[in-house]
Amino acid sequence: MSEELKSLINDLQTKFKCQVKIENDRRITVIVPDKKIMKDVANHLKNFGFDHVKAVTGIDYPEQEKLEVVYHISSYSNLDLAKIILALRTTVTYKDPSLPSLYSIFESAWTGERETYEMLGIRFEGHPDLRRFFLDEDFEGVYPLRKSFKIKLEGIFVDKPTTE
Amino acid sequence: MTSQPQNEVQEQLLAATGMSVEFIPIQGELNVGPQHPGSGHMRIFVKLNGDIIEDVDLDVGYVHRTVEKLSENRNYMHLIPLVERPAILDSIHMNLGYIIAVEKILGVDVPERAQYLRSFAAEVNRIASHLYGLGILSIFLGHSTGFMWGFGDREVWVTILEALTGARVTNSYVIPGGVRRDISQEIKDMTLKAISYQRRRLEDWKKIFFYNPSIRARLENVGVMSKENAIKWGAVGPNLRASGVYYDVRKIEPYGAYDKLDFEIPVYKEGDGLARGLVRLEEIEQSMRILEQIIKNIPEGNILSDRFFKQIPPTRLKKYWETYRRIVLPGYYASFRPPKGEAISRVEAGRGELAYYVVSDGSPKPYRLRMITPSYRLIYVFKELCKGSRYADLVSIYGSLDYFPPEADR
Repeated sequence: MSEELKSLINDLQTKFKCQVKIENDRRITVIVPDKKIMKDVANHLKNFGFDHVKAVTGIDYPEQEKLEVVYHISSYSNLDLAKIILALRTTVTYKDPSLPSLYSIFESAWTGERETYEMLGIRFEGHPDLRRFFLDEDFEGVYPLRKSFKIKLEGIFVDKPTTE
Repeated sequence: MTSQPQNEVQEQLLAATGMSVEFIPIQGELNVGPQHPGSGHMRIFVKLNGDIIEDVDLDVGYVHRTVEKLSENRNYMHLIPLVERPAILDSIHMNLGYIIAVEKILGVDVPERAQYLRSFAAEVNRIASHLYGLGILSIFLGHSTGFMWGFGDREVWVTILEALTGARVTNSYVIPGGVRRDISQEIKDMTLKAISYQRRRLEDWKKIFFYNPSIRARLENVGVMSKENAIKWGAVGPNLRASGVYYDVRKIEPYGAYDKLDFEIPVYKEGDGLARGLVRLEEIEQSMRILEQIIKNIPEGNILSDRFFKQIPPTRLKKYWETYRRIVLPGYYASFRPPKGEAISRVEAGRGELAYYVVSDGSPKPYRLRMITPSYRLIYVFKELCKGSRYADLVSIYGSLDYFPPEADR
């Protein structure tokens, strides 16, 4: 790991009070404690050289009544940073599932944020086009990727009423 | 001299001849699709001003099959046929990316021979996928010969995959810890024959397609994506490399046997439709170079990790050594429980970078599976690229991006 990257991690830990986990030299997880500073952390990462978002993932934890949002960030322009996938994670609660959008910093978050909004109901404040994406226009009910949405399953063995 | 607007000049010219014409600015909206020869299963809602596209709204989701939700209800092994469906013509890669993520959670090592076989299958699939892409681009531009050539040449590679994996379309070839079948001498000979055929055909491809003046007129300087925009919008794969960004997962984070193979990544600076087509054409040549090296250098050994190999009953193992070296998995293999944890894997699929993010909670089913396909990331690129271009160029931009609707919908 290079000196610059070490100083970045140090910055994240001291300046932004983020929790940083280093899995190996290719995977780094940054847990942002407060969603309000999400934009500042993202700005800091962008200035460092991380230039695009690969994916925005929402994970539902129903027993804790919270949702986790993971941004996978990496770089195209810097070949050393391209080897790293940085996961920027934060949590929102069921009561207030909103988060500042990172669209103004990483334009490539457009698709992922829109899908996460649709599938998990997390509002990204400041996203220019927060609308339905994949689902039908007349879809009703809970957000499909929340754990409370159950899929109707059919068993392999269908019980038929015995006719006599 | 002050420059006059075009229509004023025209009006003056017309007035000199004693005629006049009224210019009415036409603004409107147009639906392309959702069942259209130029859009596949997608509705493209185009806002037009004259014939200049002002904005494009992509209405995806017509083939949405909710892989991410269904994955929460299936065992890891039972998911394999499901994750490879979205890009049915690139199924080895879809399969491979998922398996790499699962292997990371499981902590399984893969034998060398299996790594080579994975690369072999993946490269054959890449060639088939690129030929499909070029064929579809041809038919979008009204070049039927290119379409028939693309699909005809593809058949050669699909037959190799069929011989290797036993399936023609959805090749469930890669499994955690290895691959399902070993390669035989017949398949090696078949591949060498196919390579020499395809090399001849690539020259013909250039003559009939890329040197064709009408195709060049439709592709050159159309849908130009600058390097900055490609990075900003998060483009992937050949489209990214056609804009001058050197990025290929096979080089950045080698998987399979790519760190032992010698190949180059074609990069173009132009960023237009023609460059995107040419990157694909050159990648076919590079893939064939890789295939030749694999056939020459493939090491001897086992094709499944020892950890799983030991679980196979001895009678079946005897059969394995005596016949085609095809693995029949033990029943309990289907419901393994990986430890708690998460993994993100990336592979370079035919259309670009494909990433899987798997979260495991210790049960036999994934807690959350996120699938980030290349076409999904091209949605935003396509939307931005269309702005400001002419309506007639919509299909050539669409075709040159090699966008595949089912893959974006997942």
